[in-house]
Parts: sequence; C-alpha cells; structure tokens
Amino acid sequence: MVLAPAAPVADWLGDLDAALKRSPSLFLGKAVILDVTGLAADEAGLARTDLDTLLAELAGRRLGIVGIEGADPALGRAGLPPFLAGGRPAGEILVPEEPRDEKPGLTSLTIEGSVRSGQTIIHPDGDVTVMGSVSSGAEILAGGSIHVYGALRGRAIAGAARNPRARIYCRKFEPELLGIDRLVRTAEDMGSHLRGQAVQIWLDGSAIKIAALG
Amino acid sequence: MAKVLVVTSGKGGVGKTTTTAALGAALAQAGEKVCVVDFDVGLRNLDLVMGAERRVVYDLINVTNGDAKLPQALIKDKRLENLALLPASQTRDKDALTDEGVARVMEELRERFDWIVCDSPAGIERGATLAMRHADVAVVVTNPEVSSVRDSDRIIGLLDSKTVRAEKGDTIEKHLILTRFDPARADRGDMLKVDDVLEILSIPLLAIIPESTEVLRASNVGCPVTLNNPLSAPARAYTDAVRRLKGESVPMSVPTERKSLINKLFTRRAA
Repeated sequence: MVLAPAAPVADWLGDLDAALKRSPSLFLGKAVILDVTGLAADEAGLARTDLDTLLAELAGRRLGIVGIEGADPALGRAGLPPFLAGGRPAGEILVPEEPRDEKPGLTSLTIEGSVRSGQTIIHPDGDVTVMGSVSSGAEILAGGSIHVYGALRGRAIAGAARNPRARIYCRKFEPELLGIDRLVRTAEDMGSHLRGQAVQIWLDGSAIKIAALG
Repeated sequence: MAKVLVVTSGKGGVGKTTTTAALGAALAQAGEKVCVVDFDVGLRNLDLVMGAERRVVYDLINVTNGDAKLPQALIKDKRLENLALLPASQTRDKDALTDEGVARVMEELRERFDWIVCDSPAGIERGATLAMRHADVAVVVTNPEVSSVRDSDRIIGLLDSKTVRAEKGDTIEKHLILTRFDPARADRGDMLKVDDVLEILSIPLLAIIPESTEVLRASNVGCPVTLNNPLSAPARAYTDAVRRLKGESVPMSVPTERKSLINKLFTRRAA
C-alpha cells in the first residue's frame, strides 16, 4: 500500500485518523510505502525535521513503513526506512558512507651515486632516478619510469607494475637489457646505432621503441 | 691513528698480492710502521712474495682462534725493520675465519702499526668480505680489461655496503690501481683505455703500473718490487702511489710507448 500525504500535513493526518476510525484494521500487517512526492514538490520543500515528525506520527498509529518514495536522497540517514525511487531502492542511501579508497601514494626513489655491478634496486611504487651510472651487471626494476643521468650499462626494467606508459631515459645508452611492462629486449637485438647516446625508450603497442633524445 | 688498507679486486690474478707487498714495502720505506696481512686462507702467497715462506710458524687463523698470540705470528721483515707480515694459513679454508676473531686481531694490529695492509683473496665470499670489513681505505686493483673492470665494480659496491664504515654511514676512501698496463697494446686498442676504466668505475686513480718483467722477477726472488729494484718503472709507480696515499699531490703520467726509429723499423720487419 502507498500512503501519499498532502500538505498541510496536519489536515492529512486528520483524514488518516478518520479513515482508521472507520476501519481500524485497514493497515494491519500491511507493508506501507510512504510517498512524499506531494510534500517534496511543495514550495517549502521537505525538511528532515518534517519527515521525522511525520514518521513519528505514523509510528504512533502503528503503521509499518517499509520505504519512503519521492524524498531527496540527501535526507536519508541510518535508522530511517530505505528510500525508494519508482519502488526500487535508491542505491546511494543504502550504502553506509565508507572512507573512499585513497589512490596508493606514488613515491619516487632517487639514488645519489651509481648502482654498481651486482646491486639491484627494486622500487615497484614509482619512478627511479639514478644520478650516477648503472653498471654492467646491475639491475633497476621500477613500477614507473627510470631516469639515469649517467651511463646505463646494466639492466633497466620500467613499468614493472604493469604500466605500459613507463619509459626509460638515460644519458649514455649501453644497456645489457631493457624492459617495459613485461616486454624485454636484450642488447643483442637493439643494434648499435644509438650506443653511447642520450636515449629514451618507450612502449608502442607491443614494441619497445628507442630513440635519441632531442 | 692507524689506517687499515685493503687491497682487493674481485677477480683473481690481477696483481693484488704484488700490490700489497709493493705498497707495504713502500710505506715502510717511507718510515711508517707497517703490517701486511694475508687473508687468502688456503691459497696463501703473500709469504712467498715477501720472501718469508720459510719463517712461518703461526698464522692468522691461529691468532683469530686464540691458539697463538699476535706477536708470535708476526714475521719481521729482514730488509726493513718496521715491516711485518701476518701470514694466512695454508691448511685451512676461509670458513675458519670468524667475524669476532678478525675484529679482535685488527684492533690489536691498529695498536701496534701505522698501516695495516690487507691482501684480499679473489671472489666476493667470506675471505674477501672479511678482508675489507674493517678497512678505512681500499685500493681496488684492476687490469685494463672488461671482466676485471666489472668485477672491480662489484667490489666497489660491496665496499660501499658491507664494511663497518659503510654500515655506520661513513664512507670508505677508495682508490684505483691499474696494473699490467701495456701502452703499446692500449694504443692498438687491444686494452681498455685509462679513461674508459675511470669512467666506468668512477673512483680516483692512485697509480698506473706498467706491465713489466721487473714485477715477475721481484715475485720470484721473494722481494717486493719497490725493494728489489726501486728505480724500475713499476717500483716508481708504487712509490708515487704511496706518496699520494699519504696525502701528497704527485702528478700522474700515463705510460706511453717510447720507441726509437730503429725499434719501429724492427717491429715492422718482424711483423
């Protein structure tokens, strides 16, 4: 059943009481939806206090309100019957407000010196910047991009956190192995035309591209 | 304040022991109280190069294990009274070295000497890491050749992370000695150039030791090259290295090939 109060509420409650007096079992055991569209459309609008008094009045008359139709979802709060739109739950209200998941903070790692042979730098949370060189036999693995301001002679794997937009930049290009987002190229199949130059490496579809920097 | 200097390289056969003996002797010649310590347990050689192989009674392992007192194990050099050798054990292996034992011996050596020169074994395992562990200064010995350079690079990484100084957040002073440098072969491009090695390793150059028969001759007679023939090119290079270690500024010259016209004609004809 749907109850649709009309303004002024006091008069409408009087009508309701009259109807209940005639047939006291009218709403007995019935699921009642309160349709406040009429009240909400009123120029004064429907304030939270209005809704609260109305619900209290109805509760006093032992009406089991299972839902409220036509109310501004912003009025909803815990303890009220669920808000409905066209008889269906109006989603937002039912979900208790959860703290929104913060995007995991990206941090970049800067290494002041060089990365020596045999050393591994693993930084899955962001970019890695090396101010010195990356030696032959050294390894950098970054979730983001890799910047090497010296010579890149070891291995550099960027975008290890499945990030195809990660890039590798270096001042002097002599690497043993390059990787971006699971794609890997060894020195063998890079050719030697860019050796020793300042270079950037990025991913174009499923191909690793290498080009000299400006 | 005593200084512990480790001579290390990663790769074997590049001249660590020769360099240890030469630097140790040159430091002693300069008036310092010096002890050279052989960490190559199981493959000791420093006693041979120092000419003390027939006088070894106790060794480093005996001292670290407490079987002998340090003065019992130290062998005084016959040529220089302020030079001593602490030999390694030939019958044991590197696992016989304990962390605490080495720390105790180094502490005791610091009280008795101005310089403690440690000859590291090749490799990056226990012997090598314990040899460098207490060092204040490191001399990295490298041949102008790619595998040696890469191994040295690895060792520099360990020096910066596994030494007591590094763990305390201090830096360890590192120097490069380029050994077996042959100007003729470098000119032909058969060897890495000095600049290439320095660019890769990026640590200051302490000396360039030219390839010379003097080095082999000195080893075979059991005398550090700086004592055996102080005027030879390698001996002078090591002596200059010691002056630089002591803070003097000595100009460095890259050995070049000096050939007379007749020499040139000869090599052409021979080729």
